[in-house]
Amino acid sequence: MADDKDVLRDVWFGRIPACFTLSPEETTEREAEPYYLLLPRVSYLTLVTDKVKKHFLRVMKTEDVEEMWFEYEGTPLKWHYPIGVLFDLHASNTALPWNVTVHFKNFPERDLLHCSSNSVIEAHFMSCIKEADALKHKSQVINDMQKKDHKQLWMGLQNDKFDQFWAMNRKLMEYPTEEGGFRYIPFRIYQTTSDRPFIQKLFRPVSPEGHTLTLGDLLKELFPAAICAEDEPKRFQVMIHGIEPLLETPIQWLSEHLSHPDNFLHISIIPAPSD
Amino acid sequence: MPSSLLWAVDVYGRVYSLSTAGQQWEHCRDAHLEFKRVTAVQQCCWSIACDHNIYLYVHASEVPIRYQEETYENQRWNPVDGFSDRLLPSDRWQWSDITGLKHQPLGDFQLPSENWEWEADWYIDENFGGEPTEKGGWTYAIDFPATYTKDKKWNSCVRRRRWIRYRRYKAQDTWVKIPSEQTESLPDPFNDITCGGWEITEEPRGCLALWAVSLQGKVWFRCDINHHNPEGSVWEEVPVPGEVVQISCGPGDLVWAVLWEGHLLVREGVGRDCLKGSSWVTVESPSPGVGVVHVAVGVNVVWAVTKDHKVWFRRGVNSHNPCGSGWIGMVGEMVMINVGLSDQVWAIGFEDRAVYFRQGVTASELSGKAWKVVSVPRDSERSHSSASASSLQSAGCFFGGEVRLQSQASMLSDADAETERAGGEVVPTPEIGDAPKPRIPKVTSDSFISELVSDREGQISRRDVPPAGPSIPEEDHPEKELEDRASPAQVLSPSQSGGVDPQWSNVDLEEAQTHLTSGPGGDAAETSSLSSVATYNLALEEPYGLDEPPKWAWVSGGGCLVECHTQLNWFNSSTSTALNSSMQAMSLSITPAQTAAWRKQIFEQLSERSKREMENFMHYEQAIEQSVWVKKGTMQWWRDWKPHKWVDVQFALEQFSGVEGNKDGILFIYYTFNDEKKYLHMFINEVTILVPVLNDSKHTFAIYTAERTKQRWPMRLAAATELEMHDWLALLSVSCCDSRGIQGPPSKQAIWSVTCKGDIFVSEPTKELEASPYPTPCAQMFWRQVGGHLRIIESNSLGVVWGIGYDHTAWVHTGGYGGGFFQGLASSTDNIYTQTDVKSVYIYENQRWNPVTGYTNRGLPTDRYMWSNASGLKECTKNNTKPPSPNWTWVSDWTIDYAVPGGTDREGWQYAADFPASYHGNKTLKDFVRRRRWARKCKLTTTGPWQEVPPIPLSDITILPCGPKSTVEQVSLWAISNKGDILCRLGVTSLTPGGSSWLHVGTDQPFKSISIGAVHQVWAIAKDGSAFYRGSVSAQNPAGDCWYHIPSPTGQKLKQVSVGRTSVYTVDENGNLWYRHGVTPSYPQGSSWEHISNNVRKVSVGPLDQVWVIADKVQGSHSLSCGTVCRRLGVLPMEPKGHSWDYGIGGGWDHITVRGNAMEAPRIVMPSLTDNQTATRPLQTSNQPEMNGNPVGC
Repeated sequence: MADDKDVLRDVWFGRIPACFTLSPEETTEREAEPYYLLLPRVSYLTLVTDKVKKHFLRVMKTEDVEEMWFEYEGTPLKWHYPIGVLFDLHASNTALPWNVTVHFKNFPERDLLHCSSNSVIEAHFMSCIKEADALKHKSQVINDMQKKDHKQLWMGLQNDKFDQFWAMNRKLMEYPTEEGGFRYIPFRIYQTTSDRPFIQKLFRPVSPEGHTLTLGDLLKELFPAAICAEDEPKRFQVMIHGIEPLLETPIQWLSEHLSHPDNFLHISIIPAPSD
Repeated sequence: MPSSLLWAVDVYGRVYSLSTAGQQWEHCRDAHLEFKRVTAVQQCCWSIACDHNIYLYVHASEVPIRYQEETYENQRWNPVDGFSDRLLPSDRWQWSDITGLKHQPLGDFQLPSENWEWEADWYIDENFGGEPTEKGGWTYAIDFPATYTKDKKWNSCVRRRRWIRYRRYKAQDTWVKIPSEQTESLPDPFNDITCGGWEITEEPRGCLALWAVSLQGKVWFRCDINHHNPEGSVWEEVPVPGEVVQISCGPGDLVWAVLWEGHLLVREGVGRDCLKGSSWVTVESPSPGVGVVHVAVGVNVVWAVTKDHKVWFRRGVNSHNPCGSGWIGMVGEMVMINVGLSDQVWAIGFEDRAVYFRQGVTASELSGKAWKVVSVPRDSERSHSSASASSLQSAGCFFGGEVRLQSQASMLSDADAETERAGGEVVPTPEIGDAPKPRIPKVTSDSFISELVSDREGQISRRDVPPAGPSIPEEDHPEKELEDRASPAQVLSPSQSGGVDPQWSNVDLEEAQTHLTSGPGGDAAETSSLSSVATYNLALEEPYGLDEPPKWAWVSGGGCLVECHTQLNWFNSSTSTALNSSMQAMSLSITPAQTAAWRKQIFEQLSERSKREMENFMHYEQAIEQSVWVKKGTMQWWRDWKPHKWVDVQFALEQFSGVEGNKDGILFIYYTFNDEKKYLHMFINEVTILVPVLNDSKHTFAIYTAERTKQRWPMRLAAATELEMHDWLALLSVSCCDSRGIQGPPSKQAIWSVTCKGDIFVSEPTKELEASPYPTPCAQMFWRQVGGHLRIIESNSLGVVWGIGYDHTAWVHTGGYGGGFFQGLASSTDNIYTQTDVKSVYIYENQRWNPVTGYTNRGLPTDRYMWSNASGLKECTKNNTKPPSPNWTWVSDWTIDYAVPGGTDREGWQYAADFPASYHGNKTLKDFVRRRRWARKCKLTTTGPWQEVPPIPLSDITILPCGPKSTVEQVSLWAISNKGDILCRLGVTSLTPGGSSWLHVGTDQPFKSISIGAVHQVWAIAKDGSAFYRGSVSAQNPAGDCWYHIPSPTGQKLKQVSVGRTSVYTVDENGNLWYRHGVTPSYPQGSSWEHISNNVRKVSVGPLDQVWVIADKVQGSHSLSCGTVCRRLGVLPMEPKGHSWDYGIGGGWDHITVRGNAMEAPRIVMPSLTDNQTATRPLQTSNQPEMNGNPVGC
């Protein structure tokens, strides 16, 4: 019998094999070899691609280099979404490794945020955590933490230290037993078929009548199309961390175990493969 | 913690019980009776009914109350008839007791009351002092009275044999009337009753003091109540200097009574030899002019209520000063008050007649903090079906005897009505028979109750008004209601449920009628129920107004165990709490949650995902490089070389990623030697075990590697505080597990062991561990700690693991890991529970005789300390003796221990010619010294992956060992209760390791050890040291059919047994290990014992017949250790005895079980190097004094 703790490890240590190739639009001094890397699903692209940058800079002239950005099959990849979300949203059901194109020019200002340094990522990450705790505990837990505790969460993610991160994150996952869950579940629903960045609403883990609410209940309210009748062919896949949890999975459990380090449950809804 | 019951009587005389785990009062339905008073203890409840008779309710136990009657048949030899029953005139009776003085023919034995039954007929006892006798059970002697032997000699002129017969108490879980034998004192019916005194003495078992007060103010004491005589024998009058109206008796020696005038009487001289006490002392009422009306006593407290309903607490009460020193007025207005276990206080409020619980009563603050009202609904306010189901769960009250006589007609109509009302959704259960029988309430002499009964009649008339608001719209939808009821959100507070529920409560026929006439399907039932409704009307309708909370008359907490960590769900039945707890109940009902499909699916998909996305890409570079991480601290280190001492050191753990991605680390110890800075280091992946060694002076732990295990010389370190030590231990433990790739719960094959401190360790075996001829040396085994505290642990390869605590509590492993000081990620979350353990600390009071003053505490200069430990070498006074470690806290005061081997006199003294010597219980002329043992209980509270298996305390346990690919469904599990009863657990499977219930296996004598082998061969050791084999045990017949007596090895008393696949090993009291020869499938008892080794403390034989022991005096290269895990080498199918020993972790180990390890190594045929060694090589031992070998201590 596996323990729920194992899920946390599996989530944390999820890796996506990626093959980075330099965009043919870039001018190089000599041919750039592709670069292969195992990317942590829970981290951010710009946080873990220092090596990629170094690799390609070797074949490029300094004057040709602007801010690095990534693209997959024509879609610029938003660094401020966790890597796993980007992969699930754009590249699930494709062959591995994930072919990511690297650009150093023509930054798509309309699609992407700039990321000048790791402190930008840190600020984004911490603001997500704070937002999540505002939903979960009216910010009480995160405000009770000290500066160094916040730092520990960030350092844990940055250095891929599971123990270090969870020693602190544990506190963010607590809730009074008599309430049966968080105040609201921090979640975001992403879809490829819409221009909306994501769906986010207030959603409680327990119904006013005291029922435990499930992933299915959440989708019913926010994305009914994802739930298909029994005889219907499946139109959408509901992905969290590359898996499709059953709709009867309690949303509170998902929030505790399948949230990203930013404490949000990132749900990708993608069209079902038509095979 | 097992649940226990609070008992209460409402103003209509109905008895209810409330479980500490429950959330509603369960009605003890009784057809005939209303009760005035109840007084509960854990095993039973005494009461006075409104017919003034005394009734007893004994809780059913899985171990029956049985009593052995015995008598002796005596014969004398004469030349004509040989042995015959013709005795000499001067001889004893032909049938007599053991002394021969009392005439006891078989036919003279009568059952003490109609509540007893004979188990079987008389039979001959063929066991004589642990040895089987020849056929017939005769023992021989030269003459009466003499020493008997089992062999007939030339000069044996007389012989005798023992006949035994068991009787069994059958009236359990029902109220039985205690016949009032004192006709001459009638009419003087009983008016109050109180039960207590169980802490005064343990001999005889279950001894209770029961006091009663009659209407005329006389006090009576019930004699001879104990476990074997639950009803007691006779009432004895205790003279009182006045008219008593109420009495209270605590668990200890406190007995207080209230006089009619309002003063109090305190009983003095209550003790072990005199439960009744000797004299009364008067204590004045707390407020002059206002008399006391009620008193309640506990172990160290007295509470009283005066006529003006004020509550008073008596200061300074203890067993040396039963009168206490003064009164303190408390808040609250109460009509009665009761003190339960651990001096917890219950009361009934004056205004609202609600039951109150005194919150915050602890040993240090006996007066508590505040009154809290117990507000839970009663079962009759809920649906009948739910009530009966839950009453079955919670120790339940269902009735035999009288209730079954219920009239057929009313039962039928009742059942019909039930079916109708339930709309086919609730199948009427057999419990319908529990519904009360129609009756007219008796007018009782208890004015209080009759006053309230008349109140009730007022309510009945009010009842004719149609039910208020909420119930009306719902009446038409009984089915819907039922559905709603099933949903947790609908659990209602009593006030609400009063209005909503009655429509479908079958207990409540008046309201049922309301429903039936208005409800859709009512017509059919109407006629049949009308007649009974008429009779039910007075007695059975719910007597409460729609919004009226229940009114209570009496409460008794003497059987109700509430401790600081007990979670009670009694206090707030507002919708939200009820909702939450019902949600908990719901989530419980779907546990084990691990088996939920969604969870399983997530686990499966995640591992599938990891495989898909990572398996073929492991050669890719990791995006984030792992860096080195260091934790530092200061500590003290026990220097390895002489002179050994604690030296201050810097301590550092450096962690980094190993070559294959798993974490690894190095420990550094920086010290100064001769002003030079030096360091030691140790690789984390070489550490085999971390052992906490808490003692009262230092927070230390020991680190072993395989090499240090061989040396018997661990690295010992001490942290500044306990917290720091636990932090380091948890960190190091995680680090060690990471470096070995061990995570999550222990496997089913795991080897479990326990140290003499009760710490639990587990090791994951590899296939090579039992490889032959070259197994992994057991010094290299890696052990990790699991939270909890146990003395014995047993497992099998299906993952069923049970343990027994020092207080004999049985625990089952929940499948989790961590707990204790393992926090966060080193511990599982959903299956960690609070675990407590209690043990006694003993010290000795020593005295020497001198001709002038007799025995005094002035010894000779050469004598031992006058207060010492058992050996006399260490001074241990009452004041300076501390609990074994900071984890333990005292929970009792020092008391004289009379249960010392060898017996004591009435004051607990044992006598001897000199120190140290063998002590005996009676003083002789040759004795010049004496000692007595004092005991004090201490308690530990920790957490671990263990769940209590109530209620029977155990002393040994064994679980069927299974083969590697076994598919056993029902796992045989046998146990021995702490009283020596043999028990067989039913319903144990790998999914339900806790099983369901105990089956008692009858024996003639108490047992102490038991073991079951792979093919259900059950062996057991009796307390007298003899061995028994249980015949015909199989999966189909889990309890077997009879015992075969196996003679012990000559002159030895056996202590413990372990049976593997085929091998049977025993250990005797002198530490010898014996192997049973000649065991074959057709002759499973075997033929003889063969000596294997000495210095063995315990043995565990596994499913591969592997033999592991705990051995003493194992010599290492630096030191020697007691309590060492050793494994027998060279055990092969054809050589089950093996040839030599392999030494593992120690010392200070107390128990090991290898019965889960069924992992067979592939057999390689190779000539064994040790083949030519002698067949039996004793344990390599030594008698040198040990120094560092036993850091854990023994």
